[in-house]
Amino acid sequence: MDNLILYSSIVLSLLMAIPLYRAVMGPTVLDRFMGVNSIGTQTTVLLIMIGFLYKRVDMFIDIALAYALLNFIAVLAASRYFHKRKGLTEEMESQDS
Amino acid sequence: MKTQQRIITFCLTFSILFLFWVIFSGKLDIFHISLGVFSCLLVSWVTSDLLIVTSDIPRFIRLFIGFILYIPWLIWQIVLSTIHMLPIIFSPDINNKINPKIIKIRSKMRDNVGLVTFANSITLTPGTITVALNMYGDMAVHAIDDECADSLPGDMGKKVETLFRE
Amino acid sequence: MTVYISGILIACGLFFFLVGSIGMIRLPDFYSRLHAAGIIDTMGLLLSMSGLAILVLNEITLGNFLSALKIIFIVVFVFLTSPTATHAIVDAGIRAGLKPWQKNNI
Repeated sequence: MDNLILYSSIVLSLLMAIPLYRAVMGPTVLDRFMGVNSIGTQTTVLLIMIGFLYKRVDMFIDIALAYALLNFIAVLAASRYFHKRKGLTEEMESQDS
Repeated sequence: MKTQQRIITFCLTFSILFLFWVIFSGKLDIFHISLGVFSCLLVSWVTSDLLIVTSDIPRFIRLFIGFILYIPWLIWQIVLSTIHMLPIIFSPDINNKINPKIIKIRSKMRDNVGLVTFANSITLTPGTITVALNMYGDMAVHAIDDECADSLPGDMGKKVETLFRE
Repeated sequence: MTVYISGILIACGLFFFLVGSIGMIRLPDFYSRLHAAGIIDTMGLLLSMSGLAILVLNEITLGNFLSALKIIFIVVFVFLTSPTATHAIVDAGIRAGLKPWQKNNI
């Protein structure tokens, strides 16, 4: 059982590199928000798997719940901050010129 | 009548909050239970008119039960549309396979909570995203495919309308 | 027995995480990529969390039952908040004037 959780969490951490590519290289700011949101969702699962590995599931579930809440609040606040902002989608062009 | 309804709302809010306290605390000794009773009394005294805004308590309970019964059907729809998305994502010629467009649909509902439930259900099924919604029932939906666009409002609209009827 | 069921469920959840991640890379447009992010937020999270909840219930005590209930509450919470976050991002994109990708203007 421990091997199952261990290999699943290793595969999950490798899968988190693909949204990280979108978050780092995204053409617009909104692509970065989307990548960060997906990484946060996968981190919620990864935290519970870490709880299984340390045999303290009851403690890590609370951390995962708080992380899901913080992920939601962060994305909401960031997208409100960039609301109606000029140059949100023309980021690459403005860097070229 | 007014004070009686306020007392009912207060008791419902307190019992919901205390249920969540017991689930999230997990400790059942006398110290933690008394702490929970005190803090739930404080919170439900301050916010007793925020959680349950309707004055019709039986309709609220009927809506709650109907919503619980609606969730498995929604999960089945999510599974179906995810299976529909699989060959699109793995196809080698992806730009010809998709046809993204924004369509406009109307809903006959006037209940605000019902409209928000409908919009959230559309967004939760992969392949369709609600872009805009106003209080008269007009929606703009971004669909990735012709088949996803044709499936709206469809069964989901009928289910939510029968759930939120007066 | 429950270990095998939860292993299959966690593997299916990881497969849908992979599908959503590949969709986020391959789709051509910001609005289309949000559909792939929706697969991560719904199917992958639902399947892997239900596998973990069955794995918690391997030996049934009161504490383990409450832990499984809390895992289900995490799924309910993400299902309530993920459409709101998606709508906030789409709304910011529409108001900033980002045009959706169309098939016939290549």
